Amino acid sequence: MKYTLFDKVWNDHVVTQQDDGADLLHIDRIFLHERTGSAALASIEEGERKIKNPAHVFCTMDHIVDTFPGRTDQTTMPGGSEFIKVTRDLSLKGNITLFDLGDERQGISHVVSPEQGIALPGCTVICPDSHTCTLGGLGALATGVGSSECEHALVTETLRFSKPKQMRVVFAGQLKSGVSAKDMILHLIAAYSAAGGSGYAIEFAGPAVDSLTVEARLTLCNMAVEFSAFTGIIAPDDKVFEYLKGRPYAPSGESWQQAKEYWATLSTDDGAHFDQEIVIDCATISPTVTWGTSPQEAISIDGQVPPLVLEEGDARRSMEQSLAYMGLKPGQSIQGLPIQVAFIGSCTNSRLSDLRIAAAILKGRKVASGVRAICVPGSTQVKQTAEKEGLDQIFLNAGFEWRESGCSMCFYAGGEGFVSGERVITSTNRNFEGRQGPGCRSHLASPATVAASAINGAITDSRKMGAL
Amino acid sequence: MKKFVTHRGTAAPLLKINIDTDAIMPSREMKTVSKTGLGKSLFASWRFIDRGTDQEKLNPEFVLNQQEYSQASILLTGRNMGCGSSREFAVWALVDFGIRAIIAPSFGAIFFTNCIRNGLLPIVLDEQVIASLADYVALNPQANQLNIDLKTCHVIGPDGMTYPFELQSGFQVMLLEGLDAIDVTNKLGKEIDAFKTTDIQKRPWAYLN
Repeated sequence: MKYTLFDKVWNDHVVTQQDDGADLLHIDRIFLHERTGSAALASIEEGERKIKNPAHVFCTMDHIVDTFPGRTDQTTMPGGSEFIKVTRDLSLKGNITLFDLGDERQGISHVVSPEQGIALPGCTVICPDSHTCTLGGLGALATGVGSSECEHALVTETLRFSKPKQMRVVFAGQLKSGVSAKDMILHLIAAYSAAGGSGYAIEFAGPAVDSLTVEARLTLCNMAVEFSAFTGIIAPDDKVFEYLKGRPYAPSGESWQQAKEYWATLSTDDGAHFDQEIVIDCATISPTVTWGTSPQEAISIDGQVPPLVLEEGDARRSMEQSLAYMGLKPGQSIQGLPIQVAFIGSCTNSRLSDLRIAAAILKGRKVASGVRAICVPGSTQVKQTAEKEGLDQIFLNAGFEWRESGCSMCFYAGGEGFVSGERVITSTNRNFEGRQGPGCRSHLASPATVAASAINGAITDSRKMGAL
Repeated sequence: MKKFVTHRGTAAPLLKINIDTDAIMPSREMKTVSKTGLGKSLFASWRFIDRGTDQEKLNPEFVLNQQEYSQASILLTGRNMGCGSSREFAVWALVDFGIRAIIAPSFGAIFFTNCIRNGLLPIVLDEQVIASLADYVALNPQANQLNIDLKTCHVIGPDGMTYPFELQSGFQVMLLEGLDAIDVTNKLGKEIDAFKTTDIQKRPWAYLN
């Protein structure tokens, strides 16, 4: 029998199969945050239930906390301190590991989880957060769930899933210079729609994926959910092993050797079956930017907003609503569109490598006048490492705000956000209506595109910035 | 959990594709950890004009604000319904508002499961069928109600036409009987312990103390 990578990880976690074909899977790691994890913890408390294996449960503060220097439990988001307090109290009561405010390990859950060696290849990981699929970049079987499902996993160490169909997305050839993992995933979603991965677990493979750094693989898998996939996964290799070695919660000593032997078996067998296969020639991928309010509404940076869908129906209605919201017309070029805000942050693109790429563009330059530019490092550790390298000074000198770590303005929770009608170039993952503030217009792009656009005050191809 | 066996109600068409959970339940409306009382925030950005200001008013163009749909308990939507964030607050808001079923060509996976866990029935039907149901309902929304029978997995249109849908039997039973998923799994305690005994031999490195 030939197995895919996904089959192998899945099969090794099946506790029992139900009559209707769904499997009860063992869950190895659970990550919580104060936004939705708090609801799961509170529900356990109300139901007088218990967390079954607290050693495998971790929690961080990322969604609601402020990212201003000197932040406290008080939040600009109304009611935020209640989420923080409930999470803290119930984490303590449940005896789970909390990366609280002020802890050097605090940060965005999907940045912290790899950084601390919590998510591992061949492990099942869940979090009540849709971007949990990020961790597939390490070869983990990771997926986002709701608060009720999270509660189920906390109490039973298991979750019931129907095994999804499987798709392999092969990125053939190598990326052109100036093109990143963010551009790969936006290109894929634009080509196959935001529902293109619906019902599938997706293995990302091919030479271009092999060439990606571990952090870039996390970015690629991060937006598998924007493709409606169950998750994304990439076969772990020496780069991943090297990345994980010595991390606080990663195996060590004899255990490390055992883990590595097991992890080395985690790749798709030749001839294993996929229900669908997509091949993308990397030569066709350019820096990619969204123009609309769904991640599928994305185009090459030198492209134009596409013509209106001809056929009457749901798709046309949705496109008309997108165009009206974004204040754009078919045929309009995306490049050169004036922006008022540039944002670098989120679980998609806020790791050290992202900040280095942006800093390389910002060095010696200034953000255009009238543009507000913000950088929110993905974790406190990313922030501290960046500061040791002097990246903070590059951002600050260019005119960026340099923040404490958190999800921050990836979404608007009633606290900080952007103004109605403002156009934001953003390294985040969702361009939904109102996502970053009521009426605010978000254009998703790579950190390089965000940095270049901040300098020019308009959406800019970073490859045209030239040497200083 | 509230059972779902049969339901008859007014269906409101919201035929947009990729309706995300930010639209269903904006993050700024999630002000407490509580699961209850969220219906007033449902589709807040679309339902209200100048939300949260002195000028706040209902948007008369939004379907659920129209008199004939104000009692709607079924939604008809475009594909990829409930995509985006995993926030269960979106489902809690729908349930609190009185929505019992959503009919769409496809759903976001996390949203789908969240619906089941809260007694809200997600039904997958073909886009053309949904369009024709929406047309028929629109002729007289309050008279042309839809019937849903979960025992036989059928939607019965106002014209008497029946449309079968599929739902995994585990989910079907859970909704029909209003079962709690944790209680169901807790009956498998022995199997779970047996799995762990074997697994810890095979993957000792995956276990933390």
